[in-house]
Amino acid sequence: MLDSIKDFASWFFVTGDPLIYGADVSIVLASAAIIGVLTYFKKWTWLWKNWLTTVDHKKIGIMYILAALLMLFRGGVDALMMRTQIALPDIKFLHPEHYNQVFTTHGTVMILFMAMPLMFGLFNIIVPLQIGARDVAFPFLNALSFWLFFMGAMLFNLSFVIGGSPDAGWTSYPPLAGLMHNPGVGENFYIWGIQISGIGSLATGINFLVTLIKMRAPGMTLMKMPMFSWSVFATCIIIVLAFPILTVTLALLFLDRFGGAHFFTLDLGGNPMMYINLFWMWGHPEVYIVILPAFGIFSEVVATFSRKRLFGYKSMVFAMLVISVLSFFTWLHHFFTMGSGADINAFFAITTMLIAIPTGVKIFNWLFTMYQGRIRFELPMMWTIAFIPCFVVGGMTGVLLSVAPADFQFHNSYFLIAHFHQVLIGGVVFGYFAGLYYWWPKMFGFKLDHTLGKWAFWFWNIGFYVCFMPQYSLGLMGMTRRISEYSWDTGWAPLNFISTIGAFLMGIAFILQVAQIVKSVFKHKKVSNDPWDARTLEWTTASPAPEYNFAVIPRVRAVDDWWETKERRAKGIADDPQPELEPIHMPKNSAIPIIMSVCWFVAGFGFVFGWWWFYVPGLIGVALCMIARSFSYDTDYYIPVDEIKRTEAAIRGSV
Amino acid sequence: MAQSVAHKGKHSADHDHGHHDPNELKILGFWFFLISDVILFSVLFATYIVLRQNTAGGPTAEELFEMPGVIAETFILLTSSFTSGLAVLAMNRNQKKQLIGWLIVTALLGAAFIGLEVSEFVNMVNEGATFTTSAFLSAFFTLVGTHGLHVSLGLAWMIGLMIQLGKRGITETTKGKVTVISLYWHFLDVIWIFLLTIVYLMGVM
Amino acid sequence: MDKKPRSLRTLIAVVVTLVTLGALIWGMFFTADYLVLDPKGPIGEAQKDLIIISTVLCSIVIVPVLILTAIIVWRYRDNPKRKAAYKPNWHDSTILETIWWGVPILIIVVLAAVTARYTYALEPSKPIDANQKPLTIQVVSLDWKWLFMYPEEGIATVNTLTIPEDVPVRFQLSADSPMNSFWIPQLGGQIYAMSGMSMTLYLKADEVGTYFGSGANFTGEHFGKMTFDVHAVTGDDYQKWVDKVKENKGSTLTEASYADLAKPGVMGETEFSSFPEGLYDKIAFKYVVDGQSSHHGSSGTADETKKDGTDMDMPGMSHDSHQMGESHPGH
Repeated sequence: MLDSIKDFASWFFVTGDPLIYGADVSIVLASAAIIGVLTYFKKWTWLWKNWLTTVDHKKIGIMYILAALLMLFRGGVDALMMRTQIALPDIKFLHPEHYNQVFTTHGTVMILFMAMPLMFGLFNIIVPLQIGARDVAFPFLNALSFWLFFMGAMLFNLSFVIGGSPDAGWTSYPPLAGLMHNPGVGENFYIWGIQISGIGSLATGINFLVTLIKMRAPGMTLMKMPMFSWSVFATCIIIVLAFPILTVTLALLFLDRFGGAHFFTLDLGGNPMMYINLFWMWGHPEVYIVILPAFGIFSEVVATFSRKRLFGYKSMVFAMLVISVLSFFTWLHHFFTMGSGADINAFFAITTMLIAIPTGVKIFNWLFTMYQGRIRFELPMMWTIAFIPCFVVGGMTGVLLSVAPADFQFHNSYFLIAHFHQVLIGGVVFGYFAGLYYWWPKMFGFKLDHTLGKWAFWFWNIGFYVCFMPQYSLGLMGMTRRISEYSWDTGWAPLNFISTIGAFLMGIAFILQVAQIVKSVFKHKKVSNDPWDARTLEWTTASPAPEYNFAVIPRVRAVDDWWETKERRAKGIADDPQPELEPIHMPKNSAIPIIMSVCWFVAGFGFVFGWWWFYVPGLIGVALCMIARSFSYDTDYYIPVDEIKRTEAAIRGSV
Repeated sequence: MAQSVAHKGKHSADHDHGHHDPNELKILGFWFFLISDVILFSVLFATYIVLRQNTAGGPTAEELFEMPGVIAETFILLTSSFTSGLAVLAMNRNQKKQLIGWLIVTALLGAAFIGLEVSEFVNMVNEGATFTTSAFLSAFFTLVGTHGLHVSLGLAWMIGLMIQLGKRGITETTKGKVTVISLYWHFLDVIWIFLLTIVYLMGVM
Repeated sequence: MDKKPRSLRTLIAVVVTLVTLGALIWGMFFTADYLVLDPKGPIGEAQKDLIIISTVLCSIVIVPVLILTAIIVWRYRDNPKRKAAYKPNWHDSTILETIWWGVPILIIVVLAAVTARYTYALEPSKPIDANQKPLTIQVVSLDWKWLFMYPEEGIATVNTLTIPEDVPVRFQLSADSPMNSFWIPQLGGQIYAMSGMSMTLYLKADEVGTYFGSGANFTGEHFGKMTFDVHAVTGDDYQKWVDKVKENKGSTLTEASYADLAKPGVMGETEFSSFPEGLYDKIAFKYVVDGQSSHHGSSGTADETKKDGTDMDMPGMSHDSHQMGESHPGH
């Protein structure tokens, strides 16, 4: 009896590595500390009422961002572990098997559990404010999306201590990821972690499309919509069209592993190449899903901090829509080397190059927004300026990679690694940082510390170039990705060592950013509505915005409406008289999203291990939650005028 | 004075924007959901088309498909789409009883469809054509089964809705729900037409 | 702030920068060869040309943009003493927009034309020189080693490859493992080696030498060990080497020893004086069921547009029947 328990435990829990035990201990300690603090300060009710059951888009946004930063930490630690292992030849820091798990989780976490939620966090906080709405179209669904993402991410991360991490790469190609070569449960964690959070992503895409189409303030025609909102619109179109592909692909992979199907198996007629095609039919658009909002952020930031209208608004919108369409026709460039023949390779090479055109146009438009402006080097603008050269070079290496016959030499090498890190860090991460710094005052009512921010900025940037520029060289020297060991006579050691130094510089930068946040939380000045002298509607309401966003829904006349209003005020023209306040219609909090997501978590966990006594109750729980939601009619309430007046007065009093 | 009147007028327009018609939002949102569902089925169709020749020595489409049952399923589902339309018409005339009645007919037809499909699957499995026999059969069962799952979920949803209609009658909220489910039902009908053509007709031809 | 620590800090910054730059330059130029940029065969040569052409074309836009960025950021910084113009409402210019839509379009058109030409010229399954009979080598990716079979010589090797210089080599690639990618940077670009099918890659070495080769696509635990040396030798030396391998009758590859070889594991270089005939076909088509028209018949969407799908049946297909897996991975 005891022995069988022992056997089970050593299979169920990941064992054998001191790193893992260390992580186990710190997870237990951290959880105990959180529970202790919450209990000691009697904060459980507060947490439940104000956060866990909230449907307020601003709070959901903040939770997304917190979770994303946590995941950035995890993905970053993964990265540093990898860089340590390959800093020099013959380092015995990670066993190859462990190294494979680490790069798999690094990629998955960074794309799906870091970039996506950080993006959704910014969507949530900013879009309704920017278009003058009181919430998103479906606040309940929005909360559900968040909790699905969160539970999916937790399920995925659980594999670190239970069952074993996936180790077939973030792309998880069969047959390597199939049962034949990968019988463990790690791949199941990968599938279900992504699947559960993916449903949430799809719902968010639909939610924001409807919000943007139906809930813009009166007067805000589509062509007066701020550029960030446009970028969200373009992104959501891609999400709605691309995410179902991922859902099906992972479902089929799971059916192969769980139900003995033959979609991607080698035997009985399966076709592994189909997985690779399907994966990238989602995977390539996914890259544009995360980059387009960054483009939107740069557009906002560059106009605000140059004190100048965004150059070529129409052209920017057009370029973005062109990118979102083209993004669906380039997937094959991820595997030119599959030998699909010259016709097909040439076609996909050219579609890939075409994307460089609208992207280049955007760069020019940002440059000419700065041209004849007055550039202030605040933190958001610093990240934007750093982005331009970085992304331009990363984009250029992308074009080099798109040249199919040349790609035969770049493919799977560190040249490719350097390229996509340059566009994903230099584009996406820099963009989201710019957005975080820019909108932080709107979220919390204070700016982040400038000095520490500058330090972090320089560490990030220098670290980035030190880390990734050598990797272009390494690629041309023949170093392939995902290897965990190499010999001295390859000659790759010096550049790898330098690259590792760069990675640690970025690690320091992240710590500096955490320090920056902590310091700013304790020591800051409260800011007004509009601390940056900005241009769009989100800066007309308080920082942080009240629960209902706008006491009176604004009316819009122009692109950069708030800027124009300020101009009019400067000329002494009075604002339009404000209409009278009216009771505001608001959605009620709900516990269903979190409960339903927990049920999904339970079901997912059951599917990972094939335990019906987990997944059947889990799925029943999901069904009950859906029924409960369908049958509840008491889902909203009104904020009375008196209360609005009191809130507004308090806001005015506090600044 | 005139100005303030004008403002009042404008203001009521704002007011509408402050409180959006929830049904309008829901229906638009549901359309986007249907688009994503179209993509989902497209991928399954593509998978099926890629794999349908890969029978790995197992039974082929020609050997397995029995058209009479499939044609019966088609007629039943088409009719149910029609009756769900009648339900919406009854709702628009504010006739609660007819509405629930037509929904019951729709649900019964849907259940009959599912019953036929299940028996078709059982027959195939008895003939040794199972989910794990070949890539072709994995793809077949997944594609057709996903549609069947959609129909079954629709049935459960419809039953829930009938209870709500019985309790609350025809209100703005229940109207929105009926509109959405009828959209969904028609959508499943359209998907079935593609299934019929691509899977069954092309399979036996 | 007094002056001293500040100048000390500057000093530290300068030293650190110089050391880093020095190390970088040393690492970049004096420690290893840029294999991709130092090709020893016609395919690698053409790919290098293409890399250079595309880099130059891209630079036409990139370099001015980088310079422009620096100038604009410096000139229009917010500074009370700055005299540059400030036009907060200037946001539109048809001429400028035309230029920066037009120039990239022109460059991409040129690049696309070049790419298309090279894509057809460098199609991996295209013979290098029609007049010269190529040497065929069958390559199988195993967990975690490479098996090379020389059907014309009847010998096989593991993790080491010897080829004659100036003779085109026709590699037939398959796998008895997850998908790998066969890459010898100095001879030319890579192509996938996939289970259940056969691919073709033509390469040629112009010079005698030893070239680095590796499995470029991740195949699990010890895939990093799948490196191998390619020895390009003179025709005479090649013949000598073949004879030497053949003489060593003690080491043969049989069906049984292949089964052992295919088991996951790492090993060094080995040479076999013989191997079972038809082993390659057996491996490449082991998942094909008799009586079925195609196995990996169609390889996903990308392949649906292929015009000839005639080469679908695989069982019994000899490795000489050209163009089977090569331009159609799915067939």
